Amino acid sequence: MTEHAGSPPAQPALNATQRLADLVPYLLVPVLAAAALVLIGEPSTWLTLTIAGLAMGVMLFIMASGLTLVFGLMDVINFGHGAFISIGAYVGVTVMLALGGFMLSDSLLVNLLAIVPAMMAAIAVAGAVGWFFERFVVMPVYGAHLKQILITMGGLIVAEQLLLAIWGPERIPIPRPEALQGAFLIGDAAIERYRVYATILGLVILAGLLYTLKRTKVGLLVRAGVENGEMVQALGYRIRLLFVLVFVAGSALAGLGGVMWALYDEVITVHLGQNLMILVFIVVIIGGLGSVEGCFVGALLVGLLNNYTGFLFPTVALGSTIILMVAVLMWRPQGLFPVVKGH
Amino acid sequence: MLTGLLSGDYPRSPLLSIVLLAILVCLALAPFLFPGTRSLEVAAKICVFIVLVASYDLLLGYTGIVSFAHTMFFGLGAYGVAIASRNMGAGWDAIALGAAAGTLSAVVLALAIGLFSLRVRAIFFAMMTLAVASAFLILVSQLFEITGGEDGLTYRVPRELTPAFRPLDDPVLGVRINGRIISYYALFAASLILFLVMLRIVNSPFGRVLQAIRENDFRAEAIGYRNVRYRTLATCLSAGFAALAGVLMAVWLRYTGPDTFLSFTIMLDILLMVVIGGMGTMYGAVIGATLFILAETYLRSLMGAAAEATASLPLVTNLLHPDRWLLWLGLLFILSVYFFPTGIVGRLRRTRS
Repeated sequence: MTEHAGSPPAQPALNATQRLADLVPYLLVPVLAAAALVLIGEPSTWLTLTIAGLAMGVMLFIMASGLTLVFGLMDVINFGHGAFISIGAYVGVTVMLALGGFMLSDSLLVNLLAIVPAMMAAIAVAGAVGWFFERFVVMPVYGAHLKQILITMGGLIVAEQLLLAIWGPERIPIPRPEALQGAFLIGDAAIERYRVYATILGLVILAGLLYTLKRTKVGLLVRAGVENGEMVQALGYRIRLLFVLVFVAGSALAGLGGVMWALYDEVITVHLGQNLMILVFIVVIIGGLGSVEGCFVGALLVGLLNNYTGFLFPTVALGSTIILMVAVLMWRPQGLFPVVKGH
Repeated sequence: MLTGLLSGDYPRSPLLSIVLLAILVCLALAPFLFPGTRSLEVAAKICVFIVLVASYDLLLGYTGIVSFAHTMFFGLGAYGVAIASRNMGAGWDAIALGAAAGTLSAVVLALAIGLFSLRVRAIFFAMMTLAVASAFLILVSQLFEITGGEDGLTYRVPRELTPAFRPLDDPVLGVRINGRIISYYALFAASLILFLVMLRIVNSPFGRVLQAIRENDFRAEAIGYRNVRYRTLATCLSAGFAALAGVLMAVWLRYTGPDTFLSFTIMLDILLMVVIGGMGTMYGAVIGATLFILAETYLRSLMGAAAEATASLPLVTNLLHPDRWLLWLGLLFILSVYFFPTGIVGRLRRTRS
């Protein structure tokens, strides 16, 4: 913990220009969407792509939020986070295939009888594995970044290989149920139903997360812990417990994101987590390590940009997100929402 | 003279000296001690990986920065040679031009990544290299007109380096000298020189500053060394040497493809070699690479046998299948980082003192 010299904590009275400057990162999302509208030209295509981008963005946010909080709270960077995404996807798909009967029905309520247990199972298993991971893999290397990176990377490989050993190397197809297929038609724009539902679920989770962080005591402690962990500890709270909680919750969310992604792609492979991990990293770097709001804005930017460039210049989709990351870092080297540490 | 060659950095342990000397002699006389194509391939791979792992150690062990893009730099050197040889035909000029272009692009890319991420905090670097390396891998498979995509490129090298070239009529020490052996010796000499150059770099005042930054970056900065500058320079040097290792490998294999040069498995192999051999010492790279490649070559077949022996146990046979090689590597990797952080060289040196 050496790089937070200078920069005193937030000043009380902000004048109008400063307040406007604080809003700029939020404005990036509408600006990007507007720019894309100009480039694409057709409003209906744009709407389809925007909804697709938002859906992808909220799914990325669900996966990335845990990672960024864990970093903010405990200065732990978890390269094995992708493993929880894969684990969630595999467990969820297994449950859905086992409850295949419910998936065949064309009523959404009956489908949910399979999807909700699948999501619950994914959350439970990913959370449990997260607890194990925190306890036995990450805890011995607190405070040593180099070892953390190496060890958690090793953990990702081992988890991926175990998935391969258990479920085998074949891709597992998971067709979306009837009620989630097809699209709403708004004018000429075809909007896939699943994307709308995924976006809504993502927004609900975001609201829940923000409510917990901003309105409850646990959230207050977590935010205080991000800003100054030692002080929270000095006030008599067991920050260690808090950290385990956040780690488990983050892993569980990653698992949920994995299930949602599996239904989105309709196929899963073992490398799912590793591939998404790249995007998740880009998201948290853009947003600013440790910031939940930044993570959300970053996820939306990456999701939208991915879909726009996928339509406009298909070959450079992943490259464009890296260019976005570089551009953001040139503008704000700590990410869009730098986390102020008050030590 | 020995002090000059080794830059005053002796192995500092009798057992380590003996092992290193044995490796050197075995590699130097490999075509005569272990005749046969397969063992020559293994020896060549060891030479290349010693350079590659040493160049990674320059970054991880000496500067304390984790990069996941080392295979990208390795691949850049290799693809430089491959693309040049493919388009210009077999020739020394193609190799030279490809090597120069590959190495230069590796250094420039490393400079860019370093400037963007190391400026803020070293931890960004690990994440950023992971992202850039995977984008590069995708780019290589998409630009198949240039890179050959997933299949890679095969090309020809100058006739002097091919098996068909027979300069001598009589066998030497019972081995018929052909272009392959000449090629091996060129590779061996180049690897040795590159290794000694890196040994020189880490034992220079510059290398000392890198170690100071690794131990305490705040203090190093306070003394007056700009962390960013030194870290970025170390990144560039490491990328350059990795690209040169890629050049050697590409000339030797006469094939360049994503699986051989860019895959994540190779990145993990490099990490494991550094950690097992010993971070922060160049000799660790020699020991790590040699041990690891020998184990990989000969243990994998052993795993197949073990899987067959346990065919009746459903999950166990899956775990022992040769395809699950990475699982055991990963476990070994985690355990060595925990319990064996100084690696073999660190262990050997400690018992002496």
